[in-house]
Amino acid sequence: MITLYDYELSGNCYKLRLLMSFLGIDYKTVPVDFYPGREHKSEWFLKLNPLGQLPVIEDDGLILRDAQAILVYLAARYDPSRSWYPLDNPALLGEVSQWLAFADGITSTSSAARLHDGLFYDFDIDAARAGAHRLFRILDEHLWFGEQQGRNWICSASHPTIADIACFPYIILSEEGGIPRQDYPAIRRWCDRVKRIKGFTVMSGVFPAGPGKIAA
Amino acid sequence: MTKCLDPVILNLWHPIGAIAEAVPGGVQDTVLLEERLSFALNADGEPVVWRSRPDVQGPDRVPAADRLPARSTYGYVWTSLGSPPAELFPIPEYEEPDRRKLNAATFGVNVSAPRAIENFLDMGHFPYVHTDILGVEPHTEVKEYDVEISVDRDEILATRCRFFQPMASTASDGGADVDYVYRVPHPYCSVLYKSSPVDEARRDVIAVFLQPVDQEHVRAHMLLCVLDEDNEDKVIKRFQQTIFGQDKPILENQVPKRLPLDPRAETPIRADKSAIAYRRWLSQKGITYGVIPVAA
Ligand SMILES: N[C@@H](CCC(=O)N[C@@H](CS)C(=O)NCC(=O)O)C(=O)O
Ligand SMILES: [Fe+2]
Repeated sequence: MITLYDYELSGNCYKLRLLMSFLGIDYKTVPVDFYPGREHKSEWFLKLNPLGQLPVIEDDGLILRDAQAILVYLAARYDPSRSWYPLDNPALLGEVSQWLAFADGITSTSSAARLHDGLFYDFDIDAARAGAHRLFRILDEHLWFGEQQGRNWICSASHPTIADIACFPYIILSEEGGIPRQDYPAIRRWCDRVKRIKGFTVMSGVFPAGPGKIAA
Repeated sequence: MTKCLDPVILNLWHPIGAIAEAVPGGVQDTVLLEERLSFALNADGEPVVWRSRPDVQGPDRVPAADRLPARSTYGYVWTSLGSPPAELFPIPEYEEPDRRKLNAATFGVNVSAPRAIENFLDMGHFPYVHTDILGVEPHTEVKEYDVEISVDRDEILATRCRFFQPMASTASDGGADVDYVYRVPHPYCSVLYKSSPVDEARRDVIAVFLQPVDQEHVRAHMLLCVLDEDNEDKVIKRFQQTIFGQDKPILENQVPKRLPLDPRAETPIRADKSAIAYRRWLSQKGITYGVIPVAA
């Protein structure tokens, strides 16, 4: 069975819990005391991931780090519909990879701001927030133009991909880093659509979609 | 924002960090009531606290006159910017040797300390915010309970609270009706007692100690003092962190951030019985920091 080395409040770990929930895959978790215990810097964990970062998975003897890399692996291996990671469509695969890299930028800005405010990490908070706003502006425009063309998701497909999963957590948690989303209406509507995907699951700090219509 | 001028708050003991996370000799910087403080454990493991200054780099270099009052209690370093009382409020259960005593975490939260206390006292949010853990629909009713302001102990006591909980603690193996007692023995600290799933004669103790950074930001220190022989520390901490992570967005979205003490300021649904008692108690003490006092 897949083992996820997990910290509940980590948005990067949540990306994998989300995908596995969408795919209906069973897995077990090994809790890592990321905070306050800093167990991701402990000797045993550094053997799994010398970068000292969550998440890590183990599957059939394969040890893999980096949320985006793990999304690729899990979707390629366990999604029979081949929609979350569209292996048969090179152009779409390129787009997915482009937005996976973008998601890592969201981690280094929006997630950094949240770590600063909530867990007292010594980061440049103004730079983190400004960086997140810059990325949110780009994504909001991208999603808005997509909506004009009848596209609901980040990539040019009629269904969500792992790019949507990779971008979602640190956007939905951005307020914990003092980054409001009121100026990004297309992002807000997209968040609501993500929450309505069958199999969606929450993490601590994320709430399910409200009843009724798509948010304005 | 001006620094704290509230004499009641200045004279209290305030928590500033967990002993378990202090590295011997290592200096930690923090903010209390808008003042930058440093603290460290000295060679004897005793806490030393001082107002941060660039020329003082360690606990042994602090001139005696510059030290702030310091104590180590319930696993945390406490200090005061005024003249604190001789004793901190009692938690007798902390001395019981078979309890697991842990700092679940210290989290920064964009909320006033009184708003955070009030949320801690409110059972009504359990099914909606802590769904499938501390509550679940249709068990949403907050049944009648008792609240008193104990004059001799100068604290608020809410008793006979009951709630159906699907997963009351890491030691639970299913849903149960859980009894609660809440104490507010300090304007910014609260202690709750809930039925233990492993010993029906005893209760788990969970406390939240709020360090006011300024009027609208706290560091929330969460003490666990629970009965659980099976789970690892990190599993017990994770449970409490999950709960707190669910409260966090709710706390951070409270408007206004400071707690209005005027009984007419907010609807009685939000300000239920224990909240009304808490607000009245803060008013009686003349507290102005972190609140919107009743207009004179
Ligand atoms: N690119 C990595 C970043 C992972 C990451 O930042 N993980 C955080 C926890 S959510 C972490 O472990 N940080 C500790 C560190 O970077 O030292 C990924 O997407 O998995
Ligand atoms: Fe709560």
